[in-house]
Amino acid sequence: MVQFENVIKRFGDLEVLQGLNFSIQPGERVTLIGPSGSGKTTILRLLMTLEKVTDGVIWVEGEPLSHMKRGDRMVTANEAHLRQVRKKIGMVFQQFNLFPNMKVMRNITEAPIHTLGIPKEKAHERARELLELVGLSDKADNYPSQLSGGQQQRVAIARSLAMSPDILLLDEVTSALDPELVADVLDLLKDIATTTDITMLIVTHEMGFARDVSDRVMMFDRGVVVEDGPPSQVMGQPEHERTRSFLKAVLGENA
Amino acid sequence: MGSWSWERAGELLPLMLEGLRILLLVTVVASAIALVLGLLVAIVNRSAPRAVTAPLFAVMEFIRNTPVLVQAVFVWTLMLMISGTSASAMWTGAIVLGIHYASYTAEAYRAGIDGIPQGQWEAITALSLPKPRAWYAVLLPQALRKSTPALGNYVIALFKEVPILSAIGVAEMVTQVKGYAGIHYGGSLEGFTIAGLIFLVISYPIALLMRKLEKRLAN
Repeated sequence: MVQFENVIKRFGDLEVLQGLNFSIQPGERVTLIGPSGSGKTTILRLLMTLEKVTDGVIWVEGEPLSHMKRGDRMVTANEAHLRQVRKKIGMVFQQFNLFPNMKVMRNITEAPIHTLGIPKEKAHERARELLELVGLSDKADNYPSQLSGGQQQRVAIARSLAMSPDILLLDEVTSALDPELVADVLDLLKDIATTTDITMLIVTHEMGFARDVSDRVMMFDRGVVVEDGPPSQVMGQPEHERTRSFLKAVLGENA
Repeated sequence: MGSWSWERAGELLPLMLEGLRILLLVTVVASAIALVLGLLVAIVNRSAPRAVTAPLFAVMEFIRNTPVLVQAVFVWTLMLMISGTSASAMWTGAIVLGIHYASYTAEAYRAGIDGIPQGQWEAITALSLPKPRAWYAVLLPQALRKSTPALGNYVIALFKEVPILSAIGVAEMVTQVKGYAGIHYGGSLEGFTIAGLIFLVISYPIALLMRKLEKRLAN
């Protein structure tokens, strides 16, 4: 489903990803953990084409993401190609990024209508289903500013799901929320994980959630995969010192 | 009170009102040009490649940094050479004024667009929203919110600058006064007093409205 092939990402002098290789299978739930600056968010951003790779290729469902095939060669992808491949990927942001000038309903239906060309009625119907899924059916006519952080994030999740992506990227989606609101969002995501087979790539500091939802946990440090395996191993019986010390720092004494 | 003549004031009034009509017409046309053109320039500056934006920037800077009076007289001279008597001072003046103020409004729009949170652009990318739709539905509404006070100020400033077009013979209020005074050897005092009052009566309430609008938008 997703494959990173020798991906290098440099920001100026800083090499965040140094020849990264990994793949993700369809339907897999993968959590990326690690300290800040380890490159986890960069991976999501590259996948969402918010950044361009410095070198290497990212494959999504067999198609190159940042490049396209011209006969035998690979050339940099143009906007049209990017938009085609990007439709399969959805992202939920730490800062929600809802459109403040639109009501909740329109936030959810805008892209399905104008990006995917779905007819208005169908888009509204789907939006209503999703609002029910996220537990905000009564908020369809509200503006984002009238909602709590947790509610806004749930709308953001509905907005991404409305695009029916094959892959959902979750970038620290609860990090900006007040603690009391975090659980609702995590429960929703667990719900989505059990009731759909959407591929999920999650960056989070919520270790309990990571353990519950993931098939696989990848520990990153300074742009390199330190450990990669099921949560029971990476989080329960980490093989590497770096993983151990990270988990200890994050979870405290009960690592 | 000096040489104030109510009789002259009475004769001037209808001329002044005609001048006011022209003044308002020029203001509307020039403002429309300034508001639309400025927006286009701002969007192009944001979206187009350097090959386009660099010369555009140079042109706009030139326009912004030369006096509108000089621009108006220059263009008017060209128009006379090209079209002779069929040239319209009013339309020439309105267009020159509009383009001049477009160089200001483009800056106001730019500031508004720059003020849009980065996350909005990222959400637009994540949802692959087509660019024209993204501008119409997401970016412009947010940018205009921030730009509106500055844009309103520019419209008011434009309105007050229209008399400068008297230099090319546009029949707004100042031209009317000069015309009357030329024939009657008097009336300047009354004429300019009336002109000043008319400006005050129009500008001040609009300035108050703008301030109200500003407060409303700040919420």
